[in-house]
Amino acid sequence: MADTIIQGVLLGGLYCLFALGLSLMFGVMRLTNIAQGDFIVMASFGAVALASVIGERPLWIALVLLPAGFAVGYLLQRYLLNGTLGRDPLPSLVVTFGLSIIVQNALLEVFSADPRALGSGGLNTRSIAIGPVTVGELPLLILATALACTGGLQTLFSQTAAGRAFRAVSDDRDIARLMGVQADRVYATATAIAFALIALAGVFQAMRTTVAPADGPMLLLFAFEAVIIGGMGSFWGTLVGALVLGVTQQVGFAFDPGWGLWFGHLVFLAVLVVRPQGLFPKTKG
Amino acid sequence: MRGAVVRTHALEARYGDAQALFGIDFELAQGELVAIIGANGAGKSTFLKALTGLVPVERAAVHLFDEAIGGLPPELIVRRGLAMVPEGRRLFPSLSVEENLRMGSFARRAGPWTLDRLYAMFPVLKDKRRSPSGALSGGQQQMVSIGRALMSNPAVLLCDELSLGLAPVVVKEIYAAMPAIAAEGMSIVVVEQDVSLAQSVSSRVYCFQEGRVSLEGPSDRLTRAQISEAYFGT
Amino acid sequence: MGAEVVRSTRAGNAMLAGGAVWVVFAASIPLWGESSWMREMVEMSCYFIFAMMWNLLAGYGGMVSVGQQAFFGLGGYVMLALGNLLGINPFVAIPIAALTGAAIAIPVSIVAFRLQGGYFAIGTWVIAEVFRLTVANIAAVGGGSGTSLTALRGIDRVTRTNLTYWIALSCVIACVGGVYLFLRSKEGLALQAIRDNEVAAESQGIAVGRVKLAVYVVAAFGSAMAGALYFVGNLRISPDAAFGVNWTAFAIFIVVIGGIGRIEGPMVGAVIFWLVNKYFADYGTWYQLGLGLFAVIVTLRFRQGIWGWIQDGFGLSLFPTQRRLRLP
Repeated sequence: MADTIIQGVLLGGLYCLFALGLSLMFGVMRLTNIAQGDFIVMASFGAVALASVIGERPLWIALVLLPAGFAVGYLLQRYLLNGTLGRDPLPSLVVTFGLSIIVQNALLEVFSADPRALGSGGLNTRSIAIGPVTVGELPLLILATALACTGGLQTLFSQTAAGRAFRAVSDDRDIARLMGVQADRVYATATAIAFALIALAGVFQAMRTTVAPADGPMLLLFAFEAVIIGGMGSFWGTLVGALVLGVTQQVGFAFDPGWGLWFGHLVFLAVLVVRPQGLFPKTKG
Repeated sequence: MRGAVVRTHALEARYGDAQALFGIDFELAQGELVAIIGANGAGKSTFLKALTGLVPVERAAVHLFDEAIGGLPPELIVRRGLAMVPEGRRLFPSLSVEENLRMGSFARRAGPWTLDRLYAMFPVLKDKRRSPSGALSGGQQQMVSIGRALMSNPAVLLCDELSLGLAPVVVKEIYAAMPAIAAEGMSIVVVEQDVSLAQSVSSRVYCFQEGRVSLEGPSDRLTRAQISEAYFGT
Repeated sequence: MGAEVVRSTRAGNAMLAGGAVWVVFAASIPLWGESSWMREMVEMSCYFIFAMMWNLLAGYGGMVSVGQQAFFGLGGYVMLALGNLLGINPFVAIPIAALTGAAIAIPVSIVAFRLQGGYFAIGTWVIAEVFRLTVANIAAVGGGSGTSLTALRGIDRVTRTNLTYWIALSCVIACVGGVYLFLRSKEGLALQAIRDNEVAAESQGIAVGRVKLAVYVVAAFGSAMAGALYFVGNLRISPDAAFGVNWTAFAIFIVVIGGIGRIEGPMVGAVIFWLVNKYFADYGTWYQLGLGLFAVIVTLRFRQGIWGWIQDGFGLSLFPTQRRLRLP
């Protein structure tokens, strides 16, 4: 059982990376990115494609894909998604849903339906001993990265001028503009950061397991469940939610492989019914 | 008036299909404190929103320092020296008091107003600077809102209903700070429901009625009867 | 004689007459038409009814759902279970499945309504996934690979096709008529008031929560009906086919292209979808990519959809649900 829980925690690290971008975009501009999972898969395929050109060097691949993700996110928000923001949630939902379909089918066209993976030079097979337990090096790296990203985002939001701008524009866009905040650019920057995280998540996902074009929706649901379980107040909440989800899934798999995911969904629904504001809700002053 | 800091000419504004302002002519001279009075719905707040870029208007309808700024986005207008204390305070709930004040200096204009100077003017804010802005009393929130606008070092300050929802003694305290604010030559527009308060703090008064200027004149020379007629439009 | 509140329009009355003619014409097709046409029309009817329900939820109820396929699949499986396991005639099972969908929607709403906006949308998707995973683990209805509808084996093919067709036609008429009458009613007006301004509606004494629940239940009823009907026509069901998100994708396409929040919208959208599907479905991934792209462009440029664009241009309203004040 202890081993299952540890596996769950490590899995939760990856789910946290899936979820941070979703949480960020919703927090700053109330935009739900239905294509979140599909863009992660796109990043995974990008990593695989890049590997066929420069060889299997995950670090270099990440160094290329992260800024690329940043740029893609910035442009997407600035020139496409900014036009969908407003009181009505429908346009952003339909557009991101449309993007989800476009990305999935584009990947299918370019890469076919075969699952691919990114070689990590053996990183995904090596283990390290920590006390009485042995954990894989890759999952540990992912968890460490997730912790760093969560801490980084939290610090960005609470200690920097940019973070103040994010929070201000999320609270009251018009008054923020009155202070000189260029809302359009702030939104674009938020999405840019979210997409850099998506790129990172995609590279890790490809290293950890095989990816196929149709995987997107599943990753979106995991990201979403992590955000809701954790509560929409903080990034640490999202991390905790992701860990809870990872553990619940692993425990479920341990009981019966057919019911693993179902168990995770069930815990999500239970949290929603019993404590809808999540484990770490936002407290507004 | 020559050298008017803010000038509007035949300013019109709409909310969707409804027209709110029907040709407002307005002037504010350097260092003046002008008051705008009028009943609810007369268009006072809309007028301030038109000046700050929150409501779209014709480019040439509003001039700031002889430059046409009508319809420019708010984030550009504040950089040119026009700041507003919005109606109802509208502080950022996710930010602390100090963070709210710091947001004011986002536009990074040079000038005498700094956090320290604000804390000197409103000492209670220094004590509460790490509190979430929502935890303060109405009067204290109003101080934060004024401070936030001052942090952008504006040349022109617009104040929308500072007294709204505040006890008279608190209102007095807030307005007592006005001279210090106006001391370096800042030009101020004050929108007020309280007519006698508006008259007492300003040198000139405009009265709005259903989107038009119904009266304009020196504060100390307008009579009760004149104002009443302009206010209610009888 | 003062001002009067009017409902019908001249175009609307013409529509009623034209609609009656169309119904008579459509009902006669089995007598002289090919069976492939009827199968196509049954399939399109299902897409159309499902899209109308999505439109009711999103366009009128303000609840955008990406998981409405939960009830579509539920309807299909209930119909199948009643037919295969209990020997109930599948045609009779369709309304029962629809009622089951409505009944299940009530406890489901307790969970779903905890969320709003975009998170509500994804939440409904999670619920659909739970339905799919649950059903995929039930061996009695074929588990993960699905099963066939055996209950109609005794009927000859022609009769089965014709009956399915007429039932589909009845379902479409019931759906359109039902939605139209609902929206014209007091509840319907309450719904539109909520959609326009929830806070104002509440201050007028409208029980927002109850109205939203009513819409959710009605939409579940219709979706389940569409699902049951579809698999009566298809004869084979599987969890992926029944609970796939592509149902919602097609519904979104139909409604957004045609025009959301209007009754004519999904009709126009369904016709366009049928044409597009007929000529381009063979292109597989490019076809789906094109649908997605089309939906994105229409949302960004033609918020009111194609019918809405026409309606605004010509001032037409074929299914008037607004009450207009005619002044003396």
